[in-house]
Amino acid sequence: MSQQGKSRGFTSLSTAMFKSFYRDWLSVGFSVFFPLFFIIIFGTVFSGSSPSAPTVIQVGPVPVIDQLPAEAKAALDEAVHIEPGTTLDAALAQVQKGDAGGAIEQQGNTLIVHYSSADQVTAATVQGIFNAFVNEANIAASGVPPTYALQSEQVEDQSLKPIQFIAPGMIAYGIAVGAVFGAAMTLITWRQKQLLRRLRLAPVSTGTIVTSRVVVSLAVALVQLALFIGISILPFLGLKLSGAWYMAVPLVIAGTLAFLAIGLFVGAVAKTQEGGSGLANLITLPMAFLSGAFIPIESAPVWLSTIGKFLPLTYLVEGLKDVMVRGEGPQAALLPIGILLAFAVVVTFIATRFFRWDSA
Amino acid sequence: MAETIIAREVVKRYGSVVAVDGVSLSVGDGEFFGILGPNGAGKTTLVEMMEGLREPDAGSVTVLGEPVWPRNTKLLHRVGVQLQGTSFFERLTAREQLATFGAVYGTPASRIDEMLDLVGLTDKASTRAEKLSGGQAQRLSIACALVHDPDVVFLDEPSAALDPQARRNLWDVLRAINERGKTVVLTTHYMDEAELLCDRVAIMDAGTILQLGPPAELVRGLGAPVRIAVDAAALGQDRAGEIEGVETVSGDGVSTVMTTRRPAPVLQALAGMDALAGLQVRGATLEDVFLQLTGREYRA
Repeated sequence: MSQQGKSRGFTSLSTAMFKSFYRDWLSVGFSVFFPLFFIIIFGTVFSGSSPSAPTVIQVGPVPVIDQLPAEAKAALDEAVHIEPGTTLDAALAQVQKGDAGGAIEQQGNTLIVHYSSADQVTAATVQGIFNAFVNEANIAASGVPPTYALQSEQVEDQSLKPIQFIAPGMIAYGIAVGAVFGAAMTLITWRQKQLLRRLRLAPVSTGTIVTSRVVVSLAVALVQLALFIGISILPFLGLKLSGAWYMAVPLVIAGTLAFLAIGLFVGAVAKTQEGGSGLANLITLPMAFLSGAFIPIESAPVWLSTIGKFLPLTYLVEGLKDVMVRGEGPQAALLPIGILLAFAVVVTFIATRFFRWDSA
Repeated sequence: MAETIIAREVVKRYGSVVAVDGVSLSVGDGEFFGILGPNGAGKTTLVEMMEGLREPDAGSVTVLGEPVWPRNTKLLHRVGVQLQGTSFFERLTAREQLATFGAVYGTPASRIDEMLDLVGLTDKASTRAEKLSGGQAQRLSIACALVHDPDVVFLDEPSAALDPQARRNLWDVLRAINERGKTVVLTTHYMDEAELLCDRVAIMDAGTILQLGPPAELVRGLGAPVRIAVDAAALGQDRAGEIEGVETVSGDGVSTVMTTRRPAPVLQALAGMDALAGLQVRGATLEDVFLQLTGREYRA
């Protein structure tokens, strides 16, 4: 067949697959809206994670604070929000209920901090703040200039905003779901409806059919990437990309190929659409948890993160985090890309062992 | 008439079941050929081997002088197939289905409107295939089989599960295709369909062809009597039995039914007795042929 005829067949098959993807609200929902929803929800709900200053109730006069110079008072106000209270009992009740992070009073030269152990983070914060404050006040009272100074700096490139970790994880998850389901469902429905057999009798090669599917999935993945990043960097979410973030593009391409391979495997093994989507979910959902796409895997038990090392999604998630938010150089993406591509080759080979043209 | 399709001693087994058991047949150029038989007779297996979709365990099939197996790229442009059921791309409209198949075959886009018109779906062009009725989907499926203007068309049970009106519409389409000079091979389990459409019919059961020929010839070969029915009020059973040439008489109180092998004098006698009210004359059908061949009632 002529070269032109070949490319027309390729274009029309790709167009058909692309249309059947975006006209299917369920697959668009799972691969685009669902991850986007999580990016927005988690990105906004947890956004003030440099936790907002705790409220502390001041009971009676506390000269050590009241007599502060305006400048020092402003600095303290940044760390804690001090509200005047009425009686100690009322203040303690508020602390117990969690309405206030703590209560302070001064007896002689002793500053007393009341806290609740129910909220340990706030309790530690409040104690830490006043501990440091008292130390500084002591030094100031001695009249000797301080010898040592402490300057704290965060390891991560920017802020510790959760969007920095949610966005790469969700991008990886959305791309995995899109590619696995896309390939599996095309294969299953085309086989069930005898379309695969019908195309056997049409002048179009298996290679052309497979290439169309790969190209459509890659295009969908790149649209997902652009959309997810585009929304995450909006001010209300505030994703800050680090230098080599453009390496996300080759990472996503390699990842899509790996997940297409999984989709091919699912499509080759499963006979019905229900079985196929069940199997695809059975693979993608646990993989998303174990790879750290949803929750940071660093805090999980060792055996869990060991399982994660065998999952392709882990390498996409880690690769994306490295280049998008951890400020690593472009070379940090090379190993994940290599692993994802190797995974794609091996799983595709396995899938072809199971492949059937007809469902009989 | 040149032979377009030749099948020689074709055999297909599934495990211990012999689906097609040594079938030989040939289909002429421009012929409308029917394969008729009940479900499980082996029609689909046979026709899929003729299409080149299944490998025969023994025997061979040639279409237009070319072997069909293994996948013969020389034939792909010249053969059109409609598989059992409808094979469509998900969520594409009727027009888009035709455009996609057309592009795969490299046919000009102008064929799309022509095909929609041929199968009477012009007003459904923008409807998604999933939303079409059974009859419309079958007609679209046939249009997809014809979009590249093939010389030979295989249609596997196109009228299955259609209501009577939809079947009649479909028959018009099938006749129009054959009139364009295409060789058409049709499988069906409807006797009347085969009788009405086909130049020749192969009656198939349990993987073998029981008889093959033009429907009228098969029926005539039976020598089966003609059934003549009139209103019981116009002619009682006793009087009917007296007519010369009548072999048997039966009735249900509404009509009186006679069988005869010489219908002309019987009809003349009925006219003379002024007993033609509610007249129905029914010759033997392929159904009778099937009954004769297998000794059992035809059940689709």
